Amino acid sequence: MKQMLAFIRKEAFHILRDRRSMMILLIMPVIQILLFGSALSTEVRNVKVAVVDPSKDEVTAVIKERIKASEYFEIVGNLDSPEMINDAFNEGRIDLAVVFSSGFAEGLVRGDAAVQLIADGTDPNQASLLTGYASGILSSYASEQLGGMLAGALIRPEIKMLYNPQTKSSYNFVPGVLGLIMMLICAMMTSVSIVREKETGTMEVLLSSPMKPIYIILAKAVPYIILSLLNFISIMVLSVTVLDVPVRGSFLLLLGISLLFILLCLSLGLLISTLVKTQMAAILASGMGLMTPVMLLSGLIFPIASMPGILQGVSTLVPARWYIQAVRKVMIQGVGFQFVSIEVLILSLMTLVLLTLALRKFNIRLN
Amino acid sequence: MNDKAISAENLTKQFGTFTAVDSISFDVGRGEVFGFLGANGAGKTTAMRMLCGLSRPTSGSAMVAGFDINRESEKLKKNIGYMSQKFSLYEDLKVWENLRLFGGIYGMKDKEIAQRTDEMLGELGLESERETLVRELPVGWKQKLAFTVSVFHNPGVVFLDEPTGGVDPYTRRQFWQLIYKVADRGITVFVTTHYMDEAAYCDRVSIMVDGRIEALDTPSRLKENYAAGSMDEVFRQLARKALRSGD
Amino acid sequence: MRALNGVSFETEKGEMFGIIGPDGAGKTTLFRILTSLMLPDEGDVKVGGFDTAGQYQQVRNLIGYMPGRFSLYQDLSVEENLAFFATVYNTTIEENYHLIEDIYRQIEPFKDRRAGKLSGGMKQKLALCCSLIHKPEVLFLDEPTTGIDPVSRRELWEMLRKLKAQGITIIVSTPYMDEAVICDRIALIKNGEFLTVDSPANITKAFPDKLWSVQTDHRHRLMHDLHNCSFVRSSFLFGDSFHVSFTPDGSPERLENYLHVSGHTKIGIDCIEPGVEDCFLAMLKDNDQAELMQTIEG
Repeated sequence: MKQMLAFIRKEAFHILRDRRSMMILLIMPVIQILLFGSALSTEVRNVKVAVVDPSKDEVTAVIKERIKASEYFEIVGNLDSPEMINDAFNEGRIDLAVVFSSGFAEGLVRGDAAVQLIADGTDPNQASLLTGYASGILSSYASEQLGGMLAGALIRPEIKMLYNPQTKSSYNFVPGVLGLIMMLICAMMTSVSIVREKETGTMEVLLSSPMKPIYIILAKAVPYIILSLLNFISIMVLSVTVLDVPVRGSFLLLLGISLLFILLCLSLGLLISTLVKTQMAAILASGMGLMTPVMLLSGLIFPIASMPGILQGVSTLVPARWYIQAVRKVMIQGVGFQFVSIEVLILSLMTLVLLTLALRKFNIRLN
Repeated sequence: MNDKAISAENLTKQFGTFTAVDSISFDVGRGEVFGFLGANGAGKTTAMRMLCGLSRPTSGSAMVAGFDINRESEKLKKNIGYMSQKFSLYEDLKVWENLRLFGGIYGMKDKEIAQRTDEMLGELGLESERETLVRELPVGWKQKLAFTVSVFHNPGVVFLDEPTGGVDPYTRRQFWQLIYKVADRGITVFVTTHYMDEAAYCDRVSIMVDGRIEALDTPSRLKENYAAGSMDEVFRQLARKALRSGD
Repeated sequence: MRALNGVSFETEKGEMFGIIGPDGAGKTTLFRILTSLMLPDEGDVKVGGFDTAGQYQQVRNLIGYMPGRFSLYQDLSVEENLAFFATVYNTTIEENYHLIEDIYRQIEPFKDRRAGKLSGGMKQKLALCCSLIHKPEVLFLDEPTTGIDPVSRRELWEMLRKLKAQGITIIVSTPYMDEAVICDRIALIKNGEFLTVDSPANITKAFPDKLWSVQTDHRHRLMHDLHNCSFVRSSFLFGDSFHVSFTPDGSPERLENYLHVSGHTKIGIDCIEPGVEDCFLAMLKDNDQAELMQTIEG
């Protein structure tokens, strides 16, 4: 036991005295969260809207008012004819065009009012967002005005974003950043730390000593577990206070899942350290080998549902994907354990496999 | 224009407030085998770097192979050879490929390179290894090859930075035989080494302590002056005076 | 590629056993096998009575190991390094302080300095302390003095001598002949094989020829001329002079004549006692010839 403590103390020294890594490990998560949360957002703001309104009646007036009042839209012009829309887009003067049919109010009552929402399709994500927002305004008007009287005549699809009606991107990013940070700290730093001992030759001395190799591994893991937990807490605090991201579910459950994920990443780091000989290789393996799949395939940035089938399959192998999914459910949706049991099961299985592999490959000798 | 291969005058190098090399002056004649000794941290690597044109002196000057290190460092580099402890050969190239590469770097013509390659390989007894990858050569042979490469272009002076690390006494002697052969051809050999018995192989030896040259003479006269039985003893006497702890 | 080929030897308790040989001869591989860090493909190793394959835990309890490179934690201080290794070996600095006292006193003034900022000599002294802190029965040192200044070298070997006096068995490799001769027995290793294993005295006794020291004041030319002399069997550079042995039809008088005719002056030829280095050189030369024959034939 005393050996373990001495070892942990040594690891703590290494970490604390390596100023550069410390900066990265503690400050980077904070920066990431703030960046992702507020500055970078995939939301829309200040969308320039042009309206083509041949009817010019009270209904269209109200709708236009609604659009103007929305924080996302800005009406920049009233065009006289649909033909002018093309030019307006080409010259970049507008992002969205709303075209009402003539005699809109009467048409509504009759049931054949038409409204066209035109957005720049070269950015489909953006486009669907814009039209989505606009449709939202339209349908809320429609259901307000006509719901009672003509409920049957007007069937509009109700676009409603559950739990995130404004589709705030920070809800998406917090779980993602959590996953990324854990992976970075636990997988990369642990593997680098072990490989560094191999590189400098101290591993030889340690192995030739009576110290049991399992203690070496444990002692290296503990400081990084603590660091990860620290980051976890700081990210949580920031998310709730600065970014208004709620923690609707059980915090304990969240902690539990995160601890499981930490363990998984540690096993991964250990496995990598048994496979590479230099610190550079460890960084490359964890960086390229882990970060990239996590960034691209875990659902952090790109929705899994919109990926081609093959990549969706690959995504199931990315542990971070399951973690992010579970965290989203618990944190944003607020569900209990039974709804994340699958994710927990998969993560546990992955951890078991990785840990067994890693321990088996960890040499008590130098071959 | 003197006919000395190397002549240094008050050569100094300062790093901030730290004076690594403190106003050293000395001469080395043509074809001389000159040993440059000193503990780690005494300043000999820094001094050598200046003489090779790799580092600018803070003050002072030196002529090496007829070129001024302050003003003609680029020309200087073409006229000297250099071999460091790490051998500076490309391990995944064949023997003859290395020779061709370095010949090209030093501006030799193809015909010259081919001719000299045959000559050198013959002299070293490495003819049969022409097509061998360098990394497959035993350490001793690599060393000899690296040395050959450093004098391939017939420079006026060749600088050897601890060239015989880690080889057995026999191979080391073979290496020194090469050095003598090269010196006989008129090439001046400037060598630093940790092995004191090798210091005795040099024509003259200088010993640096704390950035200054504390002794410069032939090995036999140094032993006389310090009443020492070996160069090792001479060195230890001088090194004890050192204030700098090294590395 | 065989790193080691049929190496067999034994050491007595409290013996100082030296291994000398060039880079790549297999020294490091040998050390790693002896310290249970590697398993041999064939053969077995017993250290302190324990087998390194099956009983490696016991072996690791009683050995100390200083591998070739500086094996310390660069960003930990001198004292922290020592304290750490003490705990790793389940002991404290105080318990065996008397063993490392002499060495430690020299680096004690720097005890708060980061190990990475020490000079080469001091690093090795610290590494030695760390490997001794648990009073090992057998100490393995892989080139502990390579690359450090001559003064520190001497001091380190003094310390080793004192440790041997305390009954610790020391297996040490070195590239320096003057260090090798201090050992009780030396092994000359080349290409993974021991060319000889014996005490310095026995090695020199086994030297087959009479040895002469030859000196003139044209050293470079002397080398040439000795080489081309048909009745000189071997000539090796030794400082100012050459150590020469003759073929059956050679003699010092004949050599003196030959050199005189070749234009040498101040010719000095003296009979000398062969040293360990002379013996090694002879062995290495024979080995080299054999190797050369092999490459030509092979």
